[in-house]
Amino acid sequence: MSLLNLYKNNIKSFKVGKFLAIRQIRHGNIWISILIITILTLTFLSLVVVPGILIGLTKGSFQQQREQLTGDLYITTKQYKDSIENTQDIKRILDTIPEVSSYSIRYKTGVKVTSGYIKRDDFTNDAENISISAFVINPEKEDKTTSISNFIKEGEMLSSDESGYVLIGSTLLKKYSKFSDLFDPLEYVNIGEPVRLTFTGENRPSADSKKGGIDVPDSINEGKTSEFIVKGIINSKVGDVSSSIFITEQDYRHITGKRSLQAQEIAVNHIDSISDKEFKKIISIYGISDYAKIRTAEEAIPKFLSDVQRTFSILGNLIGFVGLIVSSITVFIVIYINALTRRKFIGILKGIGISGASIEISYFLQSIFYAIIGIGIGILILYGILVPFLAQNPIDFPMSDGVLIADLWPTIFRALILLIVTMLAGFLPAKIIVKKNTLDSILQR
Amino acid sequence: MNINIIIKIKDLVKTYFNGEIETKVLKKLQLDIKDGEFVAIMGKSGAGKSTLMYQISLLDKPTSGEIIFDGIDILKLSEFERTQFRLSELGYVFQDYALIPELSSEENIMLPMLMQGIDEKIAREKARNILNEIGMDDKYTNRPNQLSGGEQQRVSIARAVAHNPKVLFADEPTANLDTVSSMAVLDLLKQFHKKGQTIVMVTHEPEYTANCDRIIYLEDGHIVDYNYKI
Repeated sequence: MSLLNLYKNNIKSFKVGKFLAIRQIRHGNIWISILIITILTLTFLSLVVVPGILIGLTKGSFQQQREQLTGDLYITTKQYKDSIENTQDIKRILDTIPEVSSYSIRYKTGVKVTSGYIKRDDFTNDAENISISAFVINPEKEDKTTSISNFIKEGEMLSSDESGYVLIGSTLLKKYSKFSDLFDPLEYVNIGEPVRLTFTGENRPSADSKKGGIDVPDSINEGKTSEFIVKGIINSKVGDVSSSIFITEQDYRHITGKRSLQAQEIAVNHIDSISDKEFKKIISIYGISDYAKIRTAEEAIPKFLSDVQRTFSILGNLIGFVGLIVSSITVFIVIYINALTRRKFIGILKGIGISGASIEISYFLQSIFYAIIGIGIGILILYGILVPFLAQNPIDFPMSDGVLIADLWPTIFRALILLIVTMLAGFLPAKIIVKKNTLDSILQR
Repeated sequence: MNINIIIKIKDLVKTYFNGEIETKVLKKLQLDIKDGEFVAIMGKSGAGKSTLMYQISLLDKPTSGEIIFDGIDILKLSEFERTQFRLSELGYVFQDYALIPELSSEENIMLPMLMQGIDEKIAREKARNILNEIGMDDKYTNRPNQLSGGEQQRVSIARAVAHNPKVLFADEPTANLDTVSSMAVLDLLKQFHKKGQTIVMVTHEPEYTANCDRIIYLEDGHIVDYNYKI
């Protein structure tokens, strides 16, 4: 057969296949169509939503880490150093860089928090206490940088204008703590009631170098002790925030008599028009890296979180892959049964001279139609309902607020895979049935 | 009538195998069918009438023998060529009408024409002309489930002749119809035969063979009479 004839035959087969496909979709069994489309929609969603939520879990965690702790750029102490040298020079530089939108200088110190010393159920035991890290902050600058006031669960935010107040992380409190099996949380801490802080020194590990910022209580500490009123309770899913306490810089300096202006960390935010990497380059020009470690928010992600993300990503793809296999088998079975029930008509079509290729093409085109509609509905549900809904109502996971991450290109990639698999799952049953003996098909033997 | 032989059958054998059980249905048949002839194949149930028609009409492959169709040894054709041959040279009318349920009357008739590469518009026009010819001008868009049995069989005949086949095969076309509808179907076949259409019809009802030129009578896989008289 010449190439021209082959081409003509293929065109004819395609035209007849299209003719049959359109009519079979239009006048075929509506319930079978709905079933196939539903399977495809659910498969698409499982392909995108399961990995999307798993990735969203860690992305949510990263995002919270950025928004509530590190800022866009995280300046911390260099290795083997207790503080950031020339903190005040860095502060002056940050004040002059137009790309800086806000920053918060933090001093960190160890404190022993004692509570329940005025009222407790059993006075035969000592008052409860816990040793932890304290963030010494300028409340206004901190709030501008990390919106810390948004995470106050009870009470109010600190203010530079007043003294003697403390914010305390919810993880440290028995009524909120989900980690009470790891340490003994404080029971007698309430808004408006006093706690006693004993400052134990600056040599605390930096926020990113230990999980949760929680220490086992030290031995007897030496240092200045003062009484503070609990002004607010901070509830955050960032461990370093929810397991720390916050006091104002004035109170800290006043009580400890500390004059050093060298901080332990600086969280910096940049304006929206530049990226973290570009911002880091700008900051580095000023030689800040000689005195401190500069990391973008992404670089400052704790290793265990990035490991979790990698694992979740693999897990998500694995679940998606299994879903894809299951759905392709399901689509194959549904289309196969559909084609099997139409075996007589397939036989008749062959009998009256309709080519096998036309019949196969008609099933192939029907599969494409089902896949496009199924995936289309899936995309509408995904971007029209699920993504905005989960953005508004994140899933409450212990480590983060889980949102649904459905980036466009990975979604398109997954949609294309599903389309190809569905086309094959539709084409193969037709091919199998077309291959059967024509007369046997007509007589349904 | 043209006396050219359009179908020549030599030593046709069809044996079915079911495990070790061998059933010979057609036993070395010889048969000639002339161009333009209206032949009825009759015989008792199990005589091999339908089996014979399936072999001649390329719906099945005989175990041995030769079928020469208008000079072509059709048993030597490949599967693809058989399909092409069925499309261009043969027309079928099945006992149960065998219309495609998702297609309307006109679309069922159009289908073989489309496969032949005829433009959809022209095919539709031809299909409508045929429907007009058989008195179904008001049923263009009716699907099979919206037609009576007699109407479905008429559409089936229209589909079978629409692409001008050399031979029209009809397998007990009146078996599922009442007398009135059966007569209408037979009249239609007669009408096409008068225009020169070669027709091979399997039937077990003698009264419906009145319009046939010849009746072939089968018994136990043999043709016992080439010109059977009722």
